[in-house]
Amino acid sequence: MTEKRPIISAGGRGQGAPDARRTLPMPVRYAINAVLVLVILVVGELMIDGGAITRYQSTVLEQVGIYIILAVSLNIATGYLGQLPLGHAGFMSVGAYGCSIFVIHMSEALGVGARDFVTGTPVTAALVLGGLIVGGICAAVAGLIIGIPALRLKGDYLAIITLAFAEIIRVVMLNIDGVLGIELTGGAAGLTGIPSYSSFLLVFGCVALVCFLTHTMMKSRHGRAILAIRDNEIAAEATGVNTTYYKTLAFVVSAFFAGVAGGLYAGCIGVLQPAYFGFMKSIEILVMVVLGGMGSMLGSALSATVLTILPEALRAFSEYRMIAYAVVLILVMIFRPQGLLGSYDFSLSRVIERVMNRDFPWTRRAARADAGKEVGDDGR
Amino acid sequence: MDMFLSQMLNGLQLGSIYALVALGYTMVYGIILLLNFAHGDIIMVGAYVSWLVMAQLGLSPVVAVLLSVAACTLVGVLIDKVAYAPLRNAPRLSILITAIGVSYFLENGAQLVFGADAKRVPAFTDLQTIQLGGLSLSFPAVATVLVTIVATVALTLLVQKSKLGKAMRAVSEDMGAARLMGINVNSTISFTFAVGSALAGIGAVLYAMAYTQASPTMGMMLGTKAFVAAVLGGIGSIPGAVVGGLIVGFAEMVVTALGLSVWKDAVVFLLLIIVLVVRPTGIFGRTMSEKV
Amino acid sequence: MCENVSRRQFLQASALAMAGLGLAGCGNGGTEGGDATEIKVGILGPHTGDNSSYGLACKNGAQLYFDQLNADGGINGKQVTTFVYDDKGDATEAVNAYNSLVQNDGVTAIVGAVLTVPSIAVAKASVADNMPCVTPSATAADVVTFGDNTFRTCVTDPVQGVVMADFAAEQGYKNVATLYKTGDDYNEGVNAAFCEEAEAKGITITSQQSYSDGDVDFNTQLTAIIATNPDAILLPNYYQEDGMIVTQARQQGYDKVFLGVDGWSGIYGGPENYADAADLHDCYYCCAFSVSNETEVSKAFTEDYQEAYGEAPTNFCALGYDAAMTVAAGLTAAEEAGLEAGSEDYKQAVIDGIASATVEGVTGTISYDGTGDPVKSSLILTFAEDGSEKTFDIIEA
Repeated sequence: MTEKRPIISAGGRGQGAPDARRTLPMPVRYAINAVLVLVILVVGELMIDGGAITRYQSTVLEQVGIYIILAVSLNIATGYLGQLPLGHAGFMSVGAYGCSIFVIHMSEALGVGARDFVTGTPVTAALVLGGLIVGGICAAVAGLIIGIPALRLKGDYLAIITLAFAEIIRVVMLNIDGVLGIELTGGAAGLTGIPSYSSFLLVFGCVALVCFLTHTMMKSRHGRAILAIRDNEIAAEATGVNTTYYKTLAFVVSAFFAGVAGGLYAGCIGVLQPAYFGFMKSIEILVMVVLGGMGSMLGSALSATVLTILPEALRAFSEYRMIAYAVVLILVMIFRPQGLLGSYDFSLSRVIERVMNRDFPWTRRAARADAGKEVGDDGR
Repeated sequence: MDMFLSQMLNGLQLGSIYALVALGYTMVYGIILLLNFAHGDIIMVGAYVSWLVMAQLGLSPVVAVLLSVAACTLVGVLIDKVAYAPLRNAPRLSILITAIGVSYFLENGAQLVFGADAKRVPAFTDLQTIQLGGLSLSFPAVATVLVTIVATVALTLLVQKSKLGKAMRAVSEDMGAARLMGINVNSTISFTFAVGSALAGIGAVLYAMAYTQASPTMGMMLGTKAFVAAVLGGIGSIPGAVVGGLIVGFAEMVVTALGLSVWKDAVVFLLLIIVLVVRPTGIFGRTMSEKV
Repeated sequence: MCENVSRRQFLQASALAMAGLGLAGCGNGGTEGGDATEIKVGILGPHTGDNSSYGLACKNGAQLYFDQLNADGGINGKQVTTFVYDDKGDATEAVNAYNSLVQNDGVTAIVGAVLTVPSIAVAKASVADNMPCVTPSATAADVVTFGDNTFRTCVTDPVQGVVMADFAAEQGYKNVATLYKTGDDYNEGVNAAFCEEAEAKGITITSQQSYSDGDVDFNTQLTAIIATNPDAILLPNYYQEDGMIVTQARQQGYDKVFLGVDGWSGIYGGPENYADAADLHDCYYCCAFSVSNETEVSKAFTEDYQEAYGEAPTNFCALGYDAAMTVAAGLTAAEEAGLEAGSEDYKQAVIDGIASATVEGVTGTISYDGTGDPVKSSLILTFAEDGSEKTFDIIEA
């Protein structure tokens, strides 16, 4: 997978001296992206306020955001770490329950009504943020508890043990009330008193934050250690990477973000039921990651978007949706195991730098043709 | 005392079905190190074939048994040829994801074709209850236990004594070396899938006899539990699968009999986690060191 | 090389898809409000997936009523147009479908959802809009508690439990055991109410056993139950599991009584028989509707349904039909008041109309006494020797 990267940048490197290449300084890169994110958030919010986006569309958009977080977080464990956890929905449910139980009980204690969450006050904002963090931490703790025994195992065993843990989480959520003797998760009847606190702004703010944190982690030395484990665990260990630590780290971070997504989900739908977070949900998230390209954040985000909106647009075909997922999963594995985007990730700064250097696909092609290298059409 | 004996039989019946399914897992895993997620769903196919033959076509139970086993065998081999064979040299993760895809495909395909509602498989025999001393034993329970014993013995003989069994053991030991020794690796793998799936077919018939229903998702939990059984016993080992199946069956029975059936699944999975952490190779498993 | 291409193609394709979706989204926005010649009603339920049989039955029943209403000239001269949405039994899908019904289609009332949790999600979402919703079949107590705009046409879990406990006491059963599914609000709701009422009536509950979703082996629980020698066993679940339990219990030699609730409807004589007729002796369950209950309304409904769909109606079909009738009663009140469709007053008038209506439904007379729960009668059904349903008794509310 990695050796295919040069295709993207080969053109730039192949011609001219390296020092002739103009680059953007890091602060500028971050600033450009931050401004873009802000613009998208503000424009989206204005469109919702102005009524250009109906509530139906904004609810679907919120779900898109939630699935993006789920896919991006699973991608950390699957694409970057190279393991196959089958219990991602379990982490999501821990986060969802943790967050909503926190919000419900704290708002009771503080005397905040459900209506206040719709209008939004500083107290509710603090409650929601606190709840999301609590949800994330609960999920991270679950990830840690699962990760320590699970990560001693490899491949299939890890897959099955995470599946088992997710099932245990589901059973616990169903029956914990009876054991503790207090009303906590609402059991089978579901947890119903959740205020609807999720909004476009909150969800996509979280999406931006999750993507940013994931990106920076993967570009740091911790990220490189995680990638090294994926590529060859024994070699990584031999070069001094603490594999247990980094495997657990990736696992816990992945679980944390899934928990945040769970919290957002609770606030979006307003009712939680353990059965929702079953094996099927884990598979749905996995399909997004596999289809998008294991190891590509853009791929995960794109396929999460498409796979959430498409069923809404194609309600008439909903009967065939699940079977289509299965066929896609098999075909992608046989014909394009690295997923649609492989490990490619989009970088705006890189594009801008190319433009600054006048390094366009057509100029590259011309340059290559000049050099007499018969590489073939770039678009083929 | 009567109740104790009846409960033992209940545990034995449940454990026997898990054991039969676990044998299929163990054989496939033993030879190509693939966790065949679709194995449970092959049982679902078998149960639907039983239903089709008896309820829809009105044929005799004997035909139903034969066709169910044949259909399972065919589906098992077909899955291997279509989905797994192209990935023989791919990373383990890819094959595992494919297996999940196949399982998902079978479940949703069955739902599309037969509908989400369960289908009722007619009784295979009029004999429902056997009176033995003061005990009334359910016939499906007795049949399940007996068939499982016969199947396990036959399978052991096949693997240990026959030429094909020798080839299977050789391929699972070292695929490359087996090929050099003149063993047709691909047909050996296909044969393994056929045997494993035929066992699933027998399991399907026994399942349909005891629980009388076929539903699209019936294979999922059954398959997962049977996999737990295979891992408990030590994956790749035939006696391990049987012992693992019985352990899971009895564990479920005991938890349920104690009135804690809510925690049944949790206990089974907890058992798996404990075994994996304490002794990852299972009870009868061999340790394999990874080559660098 | 080729990876590059397909990635680019993929990006192009998805960009096109996005643009298309965006356009489609813009296209169907802003249709809220009424058309002068039609009344828009939404029908919501699981039409695919595990519980599709209930959703489809409710949908067919409701659609049949609106078709008949339209053939008779509609409400106030206006035809009723239905918008049917599939929620797949999933809360998320239900909320999306609800929002789409209200915002893209501009409906004025909704029949649905069918299952409890999606119904709760819809009920919560609909409070803000004050959108009248009538669920045919969500039995959990919570469903109608979020606002005054939600109603149901079925009786709740606890009511059914009490009806069966009273029935058991009447039949003179002294010892009763229960076997229910945990992790299921319907089972647990019925079981709790049954046990409480039964003990109040002097019946001993000898054993309460449970099982989990997806279980097919009930032998262990049954062995434990039969050892306590009960006169009757309560099975408060749907027909698929109930059928398996009855079969396994008869295999173990239990030949006494089974009690059930409306989930039993369809255990025999539907598309599938979930137990042998010979095993269904001494089984009693309460239900809202049966083809064997030969009142005039229910006979007419059975014939019409048979003609429209080519199969006999089930309990859910009848409940869907009655839910549609209840919605229509509310709509009639609002139309007669001459209000503008889609306005807040109109919605409130529909809600008030439902709350004060007395509907002569096929599942009995339905009226509301200030809550969203109906006051209505129940049937006690049993099975004839050939497995067909027989009405054993009618319990008035």
